[in-house]
Amino acid sequence: MLNWWLPENVSSFGGEIDWLFHLIYAITAITGILVFVCLIAFLVMYRDRPGRRARYTHGNTTLEIVWTIVPALILVILTFLSVPAWSKIKMSMPATDFVVQVTAKQFNWQVSYPGPDGKFGTDDDKMFLDEMHVPAGKPIRVVLKSQDVIHSFFVPSFRIKQDAVPGREIQAWFDATKPGKYEWPCAELCGFGHSGMKGWVYVHTPADYEKWAAENLKSGVAAPAQEEKPKS
Amino acid sequence: MSAHAATAHGHATTHEHHDLGFLRTYVFSTDHKMIAKQFLLLGLFMMLLGGALALVVRWQLAWPETPVPGLGGILKETGGVLEPSQYNMAFTMHATIMVFFVVMPILAGGFGNFLIPLMIGARDMAFPTLNMLSFWTTFSAGIVMLIGFFVPGGHAAAGWTSYAPLSSVVEFTGVNWGQNIWCISLFVMGVGSMMGSINYITTVINMRAPGMSLFRMPLVVWSLFITAILLLLALPVLTSGVAMLLFDRWLGTSWFRPSGGGEPLLWQHVFWYFGHPEVYILILPAMGIASEILPVFSRKPVFGYHAMAFSMIAIAFLSWVVYGHHMFVSGMNPALGTAFMVTTMVIAVPSAIKTFNWLGTLWGGRIQFTVPMLNALAFVSMFVIGGLSGIFMANSPVDIYIQDTYFIVAHIHYVVFGGSIFGAFGAIYYWFPKMFGRMTNVALGHLHFWPSFVFFNITFFPMHIIGVGGQMRRIYNPMQYEFLQHQQHWNVIITVGAIGLGVAQIPFIINFFWSMFAGRPAPLNPWNSTTLEWTASSPPPHLNWGPTIPTVYRGPYEYSVPEESADFSPQTQPARAGAGARHH
Repeated sequence: MLNWWLPENVSSFGGEIDWLFHLIYAITAITGILVFVCLIAFLVMYRDRPGRRARYTHGNTTLEIVWTIVPALILVILTFLSVPAWSKIKMSMPATDFVVQVTAKQFNWQVSYPGPDGKFGTDDDKMFLDEMHVPAGKPIRVVLKSQDVIHSFFVPSFRIKQDAVPGREIQAWFDATKPGKYEWPCAELCGFGHSGMKGWVYVHTPADYEKWAAENLKSGVAAPAQEEKPKS
Repeated sequence: MSAHAATAHGHATTHEHHDLGFLRTYVFSTDHKMIAKQFLLLGLFMMLLGGALALVVRWQLAWPETPVPGLGGILKETGGVLEPSQYNMAFTMHATIMVFFVVMPILAGGFGNFLIPLMIGARDMAFPTLNMLSFWTTFSAGIVMLIGFFVPGGHAAAGWTSYAPLSSVVEFTGVNWGQNIWCISLFVMGVGSMMGSINYITTVINMRAPGMSLFRMPLVVWSLFITAILLLLALPVLTSGVAMLLFDRWLGTSWFRPSGGGEPLLWQHVFWYFGHPEVYILILPAMGIASEILPVFSRKPVFGYHAMAFSMIAIAFLSWVVYGHHMFVSGMNPALGTAFMVTTMVIAVPSAIKTFNWLGTLWGGRIQFTVPMLNALAFVSMFVIGGLSGIFMANSPVDIYIQDTYFIVAHIHYVVFGGSIFGAFGAIYYWFPKMFGRMTNVALGHLHFWPSFVFFNITFFPMHIIGVGGQMRRIYNPMQYEFLQHQQHWNVIITVGAIGLGVAQIPFIINFFWSMFAGRPAPLNPWNSTTLEWTASSPPPHLNWGPTIPTVYRGPYEYSVPEESADFSPQTQPARAGAGARHH
């Protein structure tokens, strides 16, 4: 039931997160239902009725061992199943030549591309405010920085979330599988303008991206197309 | 007065004068029972404030940027419409008050004080004066916290977690004195809590009645004992943390400010190293309370007493090594994330054991649906949901997505409201006769419980759904996001539920104060319970028992013992050969 509400997944690793989500959902739903069925059954069966005395027992060692070991086993297996996804998403970086710098500040995402010389920190860097353009089907490395407080890079459809911490450069990556326009909110409280701090990630087909890049990254001036922000 | 601690195992000093005057009896009392009532009333008063703040937050989320009813007089400039900074202040202070000035004072302060001496057979706490000081220190912290609402710039607005550098640099929130006061108040609160915890630990170790071995202690005493150890070790970490934060703000140090060589993540490590044990500080006493109430109204010994005690000890130990699961996406080394996922999965096991043992306690019982029992059953069932939803977040890949969404808001409320607060209500209904010498009104009790239980679920269950839908916590207006607009109707349902939940507390308030003065006088042992507090009169006098302290002959849950005619065998009743003499 809960999974009906997950936003569309358009990320290469999002499927692994969603699969684990569904697995845990199944485990917890079954456990929850079993516990509630037992609870309600006991409440009905053993409700106070005249002439019956409660069973005098202090426990049952076998039962207690079983209900210690079974949940422990399930959780150990679940952990083993989760480690690969975690390592893939957070502990490794796929080889890619596509790097974007995102510098968060109260209350915008500043996106920079290296410009014609292919290097960051030079005069021809191209800056955009609250919008990022990437090609589909290519791993994108994001170098996350913050100018002031902690922000969090969150694109729900990419199943990615990574805090941007002032004083640090944090690497994150995603690989969007489907062209489109995806909302990009900040997920960590960052001040009075936190709500409404958001951008859009435009995922283009490779051909469209080349066209966009030719117009906006290779040429002399890039006019940052200002997204109209709802009033906050 | 203070000499009586030493005589706890001997005889009451007969020359004790009980006419101490109003101030010494009701205000600066050293009697653990009066201090317990003071803590309880402090917590209940603060709950009104914390609840009102929650409703303000909910109104804004359901009907964004419309005037909040009742706030027109306070927010004159906007006609009652909340501004984003005020909204941030409202949720920050809702959580701060509920955690530090509601759940902790009621459970650890109130019931810890009331129950420990009475249930282990002591005449008072080991350090009665320190005990009094502990309350008045906590009370002062509460007053300081309230002052923050009236300073220019408003109260703290960086979340109850106060992540630096948002919290450490004035310009980032525009809140100056509010955040300072927040730090000072929590510092003072930490000192008060330390006084209380030292007292609890000493009392449990040194002042048990003859025969009250550790494994004859009621589980609620175990839970409060373990809570006190966690308080003693965890709160100083917070106290140091808020001092560091204040130094950054006032003295120009750079603990958390990168421009001066500091590290923002240090705050998170410090905060959660306190914060995760804190979660168990909030829930362990409620677990103990449920373990008390379930056997009484099932007329059955608790199932797996030793497993219950040891699983609480295991939870307490493990609570120190799971805190990093709050920081999976913080930028902390992801290898640590793996380690914290493993430990967090492990801590789910003792929680599962406890749940199964509560079910085992009900199995084969003779269940009486009294008001305390209903609240204890609500505790168990809501804790099950809160515990299971925790597994989603313990799982680090899934947490990448649901971190900082309403899923976590749902989880914390199932554990702390569904768990701790229903536990507290159960405890209030169960021990009210002993505390105030009068019974509560049963009809009002049902009128409080059933709507609370229903509206609780209407309020908090849909938060799982909007959280899975991606709604971030701490946002001012969900309608600013296109991907959230389609689920806004849930926010309306949640807020309607929250209003219902608020209204459902009115019968409780009436019941509490009406019963305190006009309730039916309570007999010595209205629930036919076995533990020691029910052998003292209702309410117990100063020093709790007459000339002799009770002697303990058996475990705390001897209900329906075969070959004994009554279905309960008090701990003070010598075991007949062969009957009820099994362990403990």
